[in-house]
Amino acid sequence: MSDIEVQAIGPSEQQTGTFSYLPTFEADQLAAQVDYLVAKGLIPAIEHVEPERATLTYWYMWKLPMFGVSDPEVVLAELAACHHANPGHYVRLIGYDNRRQTQGFSLVVYRGK
Amino acid sequence: MTSQYEAGVKEYRATYWEPDYQPKDTDLLAVFKTVPQAGVPQEEVAAAVAAESSTGTWTTVWTDLLTDLDHYRGRAYRIEDVPGDPEAFYAYVAYPLDLFEEGSVVNVLTSLVGNVFGFKALRSLRLEDIRFPLHYVMTCGGPPNGLVVERDKLNKYGRALLGCTIKPKLGLSAKNYGRAVYEALRGGLDFTKDDENINSQPFMRWRDRFDYVAEAVHQAEAETGERKGHYLNVTAATVEEMYRRAEHARSLDMRIIMHDFLTAGFTANTSLANWCRDNGMLLHIHRAMHAVVDRSPRHGIHFRVLTKCLRLSGGDHLHSGTVVGKLEGDRDATLGWIDLMREAYVPANRSRGIFFDQDWGFMPGMFPVASGGIHVWHIPALVSIFGDDAVFQFGGGTLGHPWGNAAGATANRVALEACTEARNAGKDLEREGAEVLRAAAVHSPALAAAMETWKEITFDFDTVDKLDIEMEEAADE
Repeated sequence: MSDIEVQAIGPSEQQTGTFSYLPTFEADQLAAQVDYLVAKGLIPAIEHVEPERATLTYWYMWKLPMFGVSDPEVVLAELAACHHANPGHYVRLIGYDNRRQTQGFSLVVYRGK
Repeated sequence: MTSQYEAGVKEYRATYWEPDYQPKDTDLLAVFKTVPQAGVPQEEVAAAVAAESSTGTWTTVWTDLLTDLDHYRGRAYRIEDVPGDPEAFYAYVAYPLDLFEEGSVVNVLTSLVGNVFGFKALRSLRLEDIRFPLHYVMTCGGPPNGLVVERDKLNKYGRALLGCTIKPKLGLSAKNYGRAVYEALRGGLDFTKDDENINSQPFMRWRDRFDYVAEAVHQAEAETGERKGHYLNVTAATVEEMYRRAEHARSLDMRIIMHDFLTAGFTANTSLANWCRDNGMLLHIHRAMHAVVDRSPRHGIHFRVLTKCLRLSGGDHLHSGTVVGKLEGDRDATLGWIDLMREAYVPANRSRGIFFDQDWGFMPGMFPVASGGIHVWHIPALVSIFGDDAVFQFGGGTLGHPWGNAAGATANRVALEACTEARNAGKDLEREGAEVLRAAAVHSPALAAAMETWKEITFDFDTVDKLDIEMEEAADE
């Protein structure tokens, strides 16, 4: 048997989807994810919402999806701009997969702080 | 010119062996691994298989002449050696499309795996693969939702999904069972699952289980802000009872129900899939009994055939084996049948055991469910093998955590997300997986405890059913 000391598990917390069980990504980690999204041919898009409305299906769109954008720097700059204009909101980066009609990537980059 | 009727017994190969035949796009093709009785020629056996699974019987009958048997007969058109098994050979048979009722895998199986499997001239027979022509695929309902729609309904993208089968599989009261569900879901899993043999036993009647589980699911969703589901098992003695249970799950605003397609049968499965499509409910499919049918390398039905039949009959999830866990499943063969679950077009690929090109048209794909003896240390390999479009279904690997289900679930989720992040960042999970997990555990005591608990567990046994590349292949949960 294991000799690991038993810990009590506290109340659950509100989560923000894929990657919300990891610590907030550092700048270089985020850049690597954006590189992946773009390299996979997914269409970057940004959405944001007040934390208390986060469980809704539709968040506010931040401009239109970035069709034809392949420069990760442009995506990172838009994320920062969305956060600057909506401090306190969740800001989510998604990657649309237009061929399969789904999303191949999703990450809440700013978690409301 | 019409033929004259001659009573008597003819050799099958006179009518059903046609080596020059060019299969049509509309033909249903099948390949059987065949072991004849000593002294029976291969062509005769192949022709007998074609005959007995289509229009033939052992003797000529006068009513044969009232129809165009040339049109309706199945034809054995090719014979091939089985690598590594000198007694066996592959018999390829082409069947005309109108031998089969539209939208009925039941009818297809009744023909192809009917009487012929007990035929005396054969020592054993295994249906290895079927090519369903697209014309036939189009007549079937298929998955009620499909994996793309399921992701939208659950609002989960860019990662695999996580589930846990509640244990002990039998014996818990409904309220205690709901507790186990609640803990696993609030800890970070997407799904929990009724085990296959939980139906409505005296210790926990189905309605009580559904009510407590619904409360657990709703509570976990409210606390985490994430969408969750529990596969409520509606498998029952009659289809009417199955519908009654499904209706109750819907009235509780549940997202997903489950069913056992082999023990309940394809007719029940297709009906339930139709109900799910009509009611916007996801359908998880368990596969109890499959290993009885598919494990022997020489007799039965290969799992890739059962997979194809189930996709046509309808299901949104299907158990696939894990490659890495406690249950059997050769890696290449597993990759073959998970392609058959998910892809729109699967080309023939003998290194994965796929004999025929299979075009699914626009029929939606299903989530393969990797279940059976998996824990956090398997997650790097699972992400690498299955990618994102799969459900990793734990049991003991969540519930056996030393701090309980919620911590076990959190450990599973942290490990999955860390591996997904690492893969996206270009890491090779099969080589660097352990390192990725160790780094993630620095921020997650729950993961660290899980890694400590299961650090020495492996499942290293030989696969019984291997692919015929050198030999042949396998199955699980």
